[in-house]
Amino acid sequence: MRVQARRAGALLGGLMLPAVSLADWTLNMSPGVTSSSNEIFSLHMTILWICVAIGVVVFGVMFWSIFAHRKSDDRKPANFHENTLVEILWTVIPLVILVVMAIPATATLVDMYDTSEAEIDIKVTGYQWRWKYDYIDQEFGYFSNISTSDDEIYNRTEKSEHYLLDVDNPMVIPTNTRVRLLLTANDVIHSWWVPEFGVKKDAIPGFINEVWTQVDEPGIYRGQCTELCGVKHGFMPVVVKAVPREEYDAWVNEQTAAAEAERELTQKDWTMAELMERGEKAYATACAACHQPDGTGAPPAFPALKGSQMALEDMEGHIDIVVNGSAGTAMQAFGNQLSEVDLAAVITYERNAWGNNTGEMVTPKQIFDYKNQE
Amino acid sequence: MSAVTDTHAHDDHHHGPAKGITRWLLTTNHKDIGSMYLIFSFTMFLLGGAMAMVIRAELFQPGLQIVEPEFFNQMTTMHGLIMVFGAVMPAFVGLANWMLPLMVGAPDMALPRMNNWSFWLLPCAFLILVSTLFMQGGAPNFGWTFYAPLSTTYGPPSTTFFIFAVHIMGISSIMGAINVIATILNMRAPGMTLMKMPLFVWTWLITAFLLIAVMPVLAGVVTMMLMDINFGTSFFDASGGGDPVLFQHVFWFFGHPEVYIMILPAFGAVSHIIPAFSRKPLFGYASMVYAVGAIALLSFVVWAHHMFTVGIPIAGQLFFMYATMLIAVPTGVKVFNWVATMFRGSLTFEAPMLFAVAFVILFTIGGFSGLMLAIAPADFQYHDTYFVVAHFHYVLVPGAIFGIFASAYFWLPKWTGHMYDETLAKTHFWLSFVGMNLAFFPMHFLGLAGMPRRIPDYALQFADFNMVSSVGAFMFGATQILFLVIVVKCVRGGEKASAKPWDGAEGLEWTVPSPAPYHTFATPPEVK
Repeated sequence: MRVQARRAGALLGGLMLPAVSLADWTLNMSPGVTSSSNEIFSLHMTILWICVAIGVVVFGVMFWSIFAHRKSDDRKPANFHENTLVEILWTVIPLVILVVMAIPATATLVDMYDTSEAEIDIKVTGYQWRWKYDYIDQEFGYFSNISTSDDEIYNRTEKSEHYLLDVDNPMVIPTNTRVRLLLTANDVIHSWWVPEFGVKKDAIPGFINEVWTQVDEPGIYRGQCTELCGVKHGFMPVVVKAVPREEYDAWVNEQTAAAEAERELTQKDWTMAELMERGEKAYATACAACHQPDGTGAPPAFPALKGSQMALEDMEGHIDIVVNGSAGTAMQAFGNQLSEVDLAAVITYERNAWGNNTGEMVTPKQIFDYKNQE
Repeated sequence: MSAVTDTHAHDDHHHGPAKGITRWLLTTNHKDIGSMYLIFSFTMFLLGGAMAMVIRAELFQPGLQIVEPEFFNQMTTMHGLIMVFGAVMPAFVGLANWMLPLMVGAPDMALPRMNNWSFWLLPCAFLILVSTLFMQGGAPNFGWTFYAPLSTTYGPPSTTFFIFAVHIMGISSIMGAINVIATILNMRAPGMTLMKMPLFVWTWLITAFLLIAVMPVLAGVVTMMLMDINFGTSFFDASGGGDPVLFQHVFWFFGHPEVYIMILPAFGAVSHIIPAFSRKPLFGYASMVYAVGAIALLSFVVWAHHMFTVGIPIAGQLFFMYATMLIAVPTGVKVFNWVATMFRGSLTFEAPMLFAVAFVILFTIGGFSGLMLAIAPADFQYHDTYFVVAHFHYVLVPGAIFGIFASAYFWLPKWTGHMYDETLAKTHFWLSFVGMNLAFFPMHFLGLAGMPRRIPDYALQFADFNMVSSVGAFMFGATQILFLVIVVKCVRGGEKASAKPWDGAEGLEWTVPSPAPYHTFATPPEVK
């Protein structure tokens, strides 16, 4: 029944849109690349076929009545309206079918909830509107932002192959290794989903959820945030790169060294120009989503920074709100999200961009001292 | 008592409705109030539908063309709220007002003044809700499920108005439910025992109990939001020691019975229409009543199936999975009974029957996808994708909405005294049927292919089915104007309807003339 309906639907759609060249009429779930996703897929197909079978029987009887028992053919109606045996049968049979469905479903669920030791732990934190991946055993972490440009989104240029599903820094995991993800969120609830892993788990502020996966096939896997999390909910993709173990180890070493170098930058003497340049970049990834690239914001939820009293006069307050956020509003605490260098650069940038010409500079050392005095 | 009756009989024996606007403002007549509910509901249906058109227009192609994501989120939120609270629920209350007294042989609802008030609260509530679209910061943008903390700490300033509107709607619904229960339990005609009540009366009785049980829970959860937003509490704020997941538990404790509130009265109406046009009594009346009761009871213990991905412990997952699957049993019994009613009948297919048959088929498809969603591990893949959107639109559009259209066509002759235009009504049905399937069936594929819900823009592999879906949605949307034309035409004139225009129909409502006089059953009929 449904398969026919699907084919008919696809056919109808196909006839309506002959001009579409890049036709993609994917009808079904992907079996995916992990043991969980394969089990889910087979569960999905089992239930689908059971439903199709029930549908064929029920709709079969119904359509037969529709075609054969018409008043226009002078049919006299029967008058039966009760049969206890039949009622019992069609209560018990579905119950048995449900038990048959429940058994494999329970087994799969128990398997997915197996929280035994994993080799690698990655903390996944949802932010409005990007993901942060912390490799907690190796002491480094980074943000993963969408890399699709506004020009593509607003149809000013051709859309790339992985439109809306590409990020600057994907999560990297080794193949053939059990990886445990610890999910949480910084602001609102997000949900981390990679269809091909069969992994979807909510990232909730104040909670840590746990989920595991093991990918054997190297490759790049894409997903999206699946819990409405605000304006840019549709623009926070998940990209995971699964690489062989050696490649992963090399990548970890590189990342650890880079994190160390970043920490050393705090001690460096920065010039105004350097801070402004770095600040512009950091502003674009961390602040522009709410306060807009031109600093005009979207009042009242997201105040303008351009010409704001705080950005022009109150430097202490400015550092405080960026580092600690503002309770009860959408302004997050960026103290742990950005490095001292980026914090200093962003504040310097905000005080000197879009006509905010204070000429004042905030150095990474100042931020470091500010954080440690508290 | 007798003195009052006497003077009444003297000055105005055939007294009809008051003249002018006061007839509508001050009326305590169940028929007038029923009509006002139905008109209000259809107005909201068009408004919510217009918002759906904005959504589908934006999703016609990948990229952002028509609206910004901020406004898109306001549209999805308002579309959901208006359709649930403004279109579907008031439509059923309207049907209840018109039909319950006629079906149980009562002269009016038990509490007519409260009836007036519960209606007039609704336009006030929706005026407030719709006005948020014009406020600074925009309308609510956090989805009709308004999960905290997106709706509290991160909500727009208009959230407080939204909460106030929900409170008013809740009061209106609770009063409506009290009225329904009081009418059904106290005002049945002599001889009408509970197990002789028409099924529409039964389903509404159970629905009313569901309303009384869960609307206060909704009021509670929005009040907690109100406190979090304006009075510094931290019910749902993790940084203050609160719990965002608590919000979802409380919301869905309301939300799941709520979805049955939107479908049970349709079950009742269809249980009158299918026998009428099959010219055969309903199969398994008693089991139909028990099935509705079972569905209502189970609806209180399945709420966390909306939350399989929040990380509840495995014992909880299993409990909610099994309980949810169990609902398939009574629902199946209902479908089997409807099919058995049609079996070996003498069928004709006027508009009410067309909508009722489509209801059974398409609601069953929605039920199948519901069963798939109940399987917790599979739900990890379906959750918050277009598969869910397809599922609940299949149970709500051909479920609730087609049930309402079927009821409207079935009872329009009784309300207006005229037959509606059958050709136009059949056109309305077929265009709705094709449009609806074209709009919502492809959403199953989109969800399975991995498209999340509530996104204003999507990856390129989802483009084709989205375009098909939008075309279907425009078709469905435009067709509904036809319904307005048919109803207006029917009110103004047409072939005179007899007291019982459908030869297979049964029940007390067909013993009064068409149109039903302003006052009916001043002396209760006798039911044997």
